[in-house]
Amino acid sequence: MLLRQLSEAFGVSGHEGAVRQLIVDAIKDVVHEYRVDTLGNLIALKRGNGVARKVLVAAHMDEVGLMIVRVEKEGSLRFRPVGGIDPRVLLAKKVLIGDKKVPGVIGVKPIHLLEPRARQQVMPIEELSIDIGASSKEEAEKLVQVGDYAAFDVSFGELGGALRTVKGKAFDDRAGCAVLIDLLQDDYPFDFYAVFTVQEEVGLRGARVAAYSVAPDLAIVLEGTICDDSPKKRDVSPTTVLGAGPAITVMDRSVISDRRLVDLLLTTAQRHNIPYQFKQPGMGGTDAGAIHLARGGIPSVVVAVPSRYIHSPVALLSLNDLDNTTRLVRRMLRQVHELDLDRA
Amino acid sequence: MKVLIKELTEAFGPSGYENMVRETIKKHIQGHADAMRVDPLGNLIALKKGQAQSDVPSRRIMLAAHMDEIGVMISHVDEKGFMRFAPIGGVNPLTLLGSRVVFADGAIGVIGREKPEKPDELPKIEKMFIDVGALDKRDLSKKVGDAATFMRPFAEMGRRLTAKAFDDRIGCAVMVQTALQLKATPHDVYFVFTVQEEVGLRGAVTSAFGVEPDVAIAVDVTLTGDTPEAPPMAVSLGAGPAIKVKDRGMLAHPGVKDWMVSTAERLGLPYQLEVLEAGTTDAMAIQISRAGVAAGVLSIPTRHVHTPSEMVDYEDVQNAVKLLVGLLSGPVMT
Repeated sequence: MLLRQLSEAFGVSGHEGAVRQLIVDAIKDVVHEYRVDTLGNLIALKRGNGVARKVLVAAHMDEVGLMIVRVEKEGSLRFRPVGGIDPRVLLAKKVLIGDKKVPGVIGVKPIHLLEPRARQQVMPIEELSIDIGASSKEEAEKLVQVGDYAAFDVSFGELGGALRTVKGKAFDDRAGCAVLIDLLQDDYPFDFYAVFTVQEEVGLRGARVAAYSVAPDLAIVLEGTICDDSPKKRDVSPTTVLGAGPAITVMDRSVISDRRLVDLLLTTAQRHNIPYQFKQPGMGGTDAGAIHLARGGIPSVVVAVPSRYIHSPVALLSLNDLDNTTRLVRRMLRQVHELDLDRA
Repeated sequence: MKVLIKELTEAFGPSGYENMVRETIKKHIQGHADAMRVDPLGNLIALKKGQAQSDVPSRRIMLAAHMDEIGVMISHVDEKGFMRFAPIGGVNPLTLLGSRVVFADGAIGVIGREKPEKPDELPKIEKMFIDVGALDKRDLSKKVGDAATFMRPFAEMGRRLTAKAFDDRIGCAVMVQTALQLKATPHDVYFVFTVQEEVGLRGAVTSAFGVEPDVAIAVDVTLTGDTPEAPPMAVSLGAGPAIKVKDRGMLAHPGVKDWMVSTAERLGLPYQLEVLEAGTTDAMAIQISRAGVAAGVLSIPTRHVHTPSEMVDYEDVQNAVKLLVGLLSGPVMT
């Protein structure tokens, strides 16, 4: 399964090369051309059969992770987060550092040694360190340098069940990458620009320049999004629910989706009996935040695969949701060129 | 002009859903523009072409007022048919209690609140809900993603006017009226009615890229310091339109500011200089579009901004129109 390879690939923001190579290998025979831009975005074009419309479909390759900022004289490594990471998820996690994939463990003081009050406190990231088993600064520096990235060391696995649940790291947004690769297997009447972006987790940076250079007529952003469906005491909203289908964004912190594209997704889902859900409005942000503001404006919408526990070392998603996201967007793309985008 | 102001302020137009406001403006401006288009994000761009005048260099001028207003969006519907909501733009929870909201289809909702844990607890949006009087969830036609705005009619109070959404329908009204009154201009003037200002100046970003102006003036509301115990600010209602010097997001181009000041003085119009410590306008985004734009702001002093009952002075509004017509009729002096 391609999702396994994508999930296990190393691609913290700014260091997406391994993910990009995987994707190039997966798509090079089905696209007409591809290039890598200055920031590292992979921009692939699958030409249509003459319909004069450019459609950009984007998914980001990068994942949240860590960067080494100092090597201590005892050989331990200080680090900072790259992208949004909750320090509570870091203790005692396995990581791989740099291109040599040096294994390490984020250290934690055993419970026996903790004062009762310390058990109630969260260790700030600045006070954590990675232990690679080195006994001195010199020994550590033979393996690791300041500026090296670290990613979580987590293997993909199938949990099964009715929802065909899988676990792994970086489903935000390798799930979107997997959907986009799958969409490229089909033919479309318009020019299909598949854009695998960099540096989304640190501020939608790749999407901004890719949208400028592609200058599409409309954009669809594929995401792995927050899923918060654990049982609640009150009847309040989960952001999305696992297994309830692709999540359509109406409004988040970065974009108000183009209503015509939202409506086309809804009618497509209803006509083809594909389950869907709305992502709870007002939460999160995606590459669409940068893309819709490029040049003179680009109508944009976001469709996401719900994923529990994102931005932590391991997340869960339902392969049913993944398949339904592909189905929904594929069906929608077959009609998107008929959409009247002129409002004058 | 009051009829226009009433129609514009009562129109439905939360950020992203400005269609009704756009159609209203189109209707009024039709026949007074040489070209009109709507860009991909929904900005309405009306062009009034310049007529060459000897010795007056023609410039490309962008005027911008935003069509959108703050509002709320349904985020969850519970089993009994009560709806939780997220803010669209800067909504102060204090203004919501007891308010009515209205949806695009005209349906009305009342905002209620959970029992506070302490009697003097400030209300949080997460603990509020919209009640449309549904019998249960099945009786409800509303769904997650539906947007609503404050419901509040326009009213005259002598010289002062009150309404929802003067921010920034009053700017839209000033621009429409300017387009109607402007007889001849040496400049190509783009009247741009923007979308999504309240969620981050988004319409201004794309429309400025598309128009590529030499000079820009945003027409928007500003706060005043003339109410009891107001934060100090040297702007009062009724003392004339305000010419922006700076706000939290931009320094007005000094040349544009001086051009506005000298034109007001030449025409004998009252004006005030504005230094606003909170907030900003579309001009902030326009100023840094492409390789940079000389941008300023003409502000309408407004009390009670971002509440359902904002207030302006009608003479300020009329003087703003006169100043804009004066600016556009002669040479740009920056």
